[in-house]
Amino acid sequence: MPSPTAPALRLHEVSKSFGSVVALRSGSLSVDAGSIHALVGENGAGKSTLVKIIAGLYRRDGGVVEFQGQAVDFRSTAEAKAAGIAVIYQEPTLFPDLSVTENLFMGRQPTSRWGRIDRRAMRAEAERLFARLGVDVDPDRPADGLSIADQQIIEIAKALSLDARVLVMDEPTAALSGNEVDRLMTVARTLRDSGCAVVFISHRFDEVFALCDTITVMRDGSYVSTDAVADVTVEEIVRRLVGREVTDLYPKQDAEIGEVLLEVTGLTQPGLFTDIDLTVRAGEIVGLAGLVGAGRSEVAQAVFGVDEYAAGEVRLGGERVPPRDPVRAMDLGLALVPEDRRRHGLVLDAPISRNITLATRGRLSRGGLLTSRRENATAKEWAARLEVKAAAMDTLAGTLSGGNQQKVVLAKWLSTAPKVLIIDEPTRGIDVGTKAEVHRLLSSLAAEGMGILMISSELPEVLGMADRVVVLCEGRKTAELSRADATPESVMTAATAAGQEKAS
Amino acid sequence: MTTLAPEPTSPAPQGRKPSSGRGSSRLATVLKARETGILLALIAFLAVTTAINPRFVFSTDGFRDLFLTPSILVVLAVGQAMVIITRNVDLSVGSILGLTAYLAGRLFLDTGLPILVVVLLAILAGAVLGLVNGLLVAFARVPALVITLGTLYVYRGIYLQWAGSDRINASDIPDGLLSFGTSSLLGIPRLAIVSFVVLAIAAYWMRTSRGGRELYAIGSDPAAATLYGLKDKQRILTAFAASGALAGLAGILYVSRYGTISSGVGFGIELEAVGAAVIGGVAIFGGSGTVVGAAIGAYLLTSIDRGLPILGIPDFWQRAVVGLLILGAIVLDKVLAERQHKKLLAERHRS
Repeated sequence: MPSPTAPALRLHEVSKSFGSVVALRSGSLSVDAGSIHALVGENGAGKSTLVKIIAGLYRRDGGVVEFQGQAVDFRSTAEAKAAGIAVIYQEPTLFPDLSVTENLFMGRQPTSRWGRIDRRAMRAEAERLFARLGVDVDPDRPADGLSIADQQIIEIAKALSLDARVLVMDEPTAALSGNEVDRLMTVARTLRDSGCAVVFISHRFDEVFALCDTITVMRDGSYVSTDAVADVTVEEIVRRLVGREVTDLYPKQDAEIGEVLLEVTGLTQPGLFTDIDLTVRAGEIVGLAGLVGAGRSEVAQAVFGVDEYAAGEVRLGGERVPPRDPVRAMDLGLALVPEDRRRHGLVLDAPISRNITLATRGRLSRGGLLTSRRENATAKEWAARLEVKAAAMDTLAGTLSGGNQQKVVLAKWLSTAPKVLIIDEPTRGIDVGTKAEVHRLLSSLAAEGMGILMISSELPEVLGMADRVVVLCEGRKTAELSRADATPESVMTAATAAGQEKAS
Repeated sequence: MTTLAPEPTSPAPQGRKPSSGRGSSRLATVLKARETGILLALIAFLAVTTAINPRFVFSTDGFRDLFLTPSILVVLAVGQAMVIITRNVDLSVGSILGLTAYLAGRLFLDTGLPILVVVLLAILAGAVLGLVNGLLVAFARVPALVITLGTLYVYRGIYLQWAGSDRINASDIPDGLLSFGTSSLLGIPRLAIVSFVVLAIAAYWMRTSRGGRELYAIGSDPAAATLYGLKDKQRILTAFAASGALAGLAGILYVSRYGTISSGVGFGIELEAVGAAVIGGVAIFGGSGTVVGAAIGAYLLTSIDRGLPILGIPDFWQRAVVGLLILGAIVLDKVLAERQHKKLLAERHRS
């Protein structure tokens, strides 16, 4: 029996590991009915893992989960859903070929005799739900082509029709514009007032403070604190998020800053980024900061020539880098270490040596032929310089740890002797020890005169490493801060600025 | 696209244009459906062929063949469509058809079982073979294309091993079954009636049951199906078992129609079944299309096969025409899907 005084959902010291990687060390969360509870933390703090455990997608390794006072252990999303827990993921998951109505009721359609789906009742219920949410979505149109905002509305309508007691929203506003956010917040308040417990995950503190009544902070896979929103300030929360003195972890060497190497002017691709200006000088590390979905990786890929852009220009050492021609970009001295190294950076089934020499095969071959001996010789040299820890050069890249994989990708690009290195999330999914090694390496490369453009979602990394920080928000450059001016507050303010600017 | 109404509790959403009546929107849906296009193509082809040689349709034989010839392929195409809609494919149906036809022949020859029992056993055998496909696809996490390519050869191999150079003749088959295959009811061949019944049941189930809708959902986005908590493995098993059972039924229809069963029965017909489904608007990547479309596709394929000689197109070109039709259907599918997607996006940006 659900007891009336127990929290709607309570997690206590929940843990989860994937192999040797600990994703969640000790997650705790207690959400009351009729409350909107913010869950905040840096990327990698374990929020999403916690959400997936609540949703029944992952099974916890340890700890307690209680739903309305009862200990529960969901083995599938269906079980969690049946209990009354609805989760809205960062990326909504709908069936593009099916109508909005079918999407709402898939798997639990109202049926009449003989198991025949009652389409009329289903459609009427869909209209009723949208009316209740005060939104106008055509229930008969296919889900394909709906904006993220509308897809989220459909997810919320789904939760509503499930009569969910707990609704978890994982960064629902990451991809929304100002008035779409307002609409979402109105809906969230309506749900709260009807007795639902809402968990709201967001990086935008203005939203958290405007919407939520309670706030729980997580860091490094562990619970940090829970407070009433009225009792804390943004500064206090940011300090707890970061949790340490920012600068001392990052061994930034002083480097002599030289001439401009990379020059990006007016780079625009409708829908992704607008009018981006950037410069990177020799010996300089430029941090590119912003929220997930702000368009940072898209800018990097356009600069390197992987993706197209509609307007603007990229120059490297004064020479024009043509759009959509990464080979030319490489020849001119540009290198891009991508965010998703397993998918875009490595051939997982190939040995380390092949991976390292992948970008220099043309140079290494003699008469069109490439010998393993030449490959191994080059690869060994770079593996030694970057201290790749592996038994042999023929170890498959897929079997290495995240940190060593990143070193292999770095070795591949450094062997092309680039003038400017673009590196997207250099330390994502890497253990702390190797992180420091990667940072030391970046720092020494800059000291040798390389220009580095570093994209990072980890605030401490940006603040600790960058000589200059460029902040993007919703595809626009909102700030350019010198090392002295860049603080967690100033970067975060700029990263969440666009919505406020639009409103004023 | 969406607007925030002034009050969240306002009873009716504002700003939507009033719907222009149920009837007309339903008519528009019918006209826009992919199946309508294929049906029009079929009618146009029949009209042209009949204009050149009226006997093509307007003769006792012509009219009978119009319905009789496609009936086996229709049954296979219905099963195939159910599988393709889940973003899988079943290439083993030709071998299942051959194996069950031979099984039925042996049962008639070696046992005195009544016709109905043999028919049910053949369908059951087909379902079991289909279930094997389904189990391998659902649990081995290997693409259905590879799995059923394997079982295509395995089932055919079992058949060859079992039958050898043996051959079952019409004289070994009960007269009741043979006459069923050649007779008509109200001018419609009985085999065609069987295929219509199968089609009607499958179409009804696919449209109005949870199971049927979930096949579409799984094919539309398998990852989303998992997050929805759908029983995806169970549904995929169902689709493959249904395809196998229908191939078993097709085996019986084959026996009933031709009487003679040699080891080549059903060879290559799986590709015609896939072709029929694709021509009929079943998207090869799952999630959309209907069994009715697949059946019309089967009609178009067999009619073209019969009609091209009448149009004076040499045998030689018939295969090529069928191939062009399949390519055309896939290109059309892609173009239409792309256009629809762009239209939906444009609508969103306009708002």
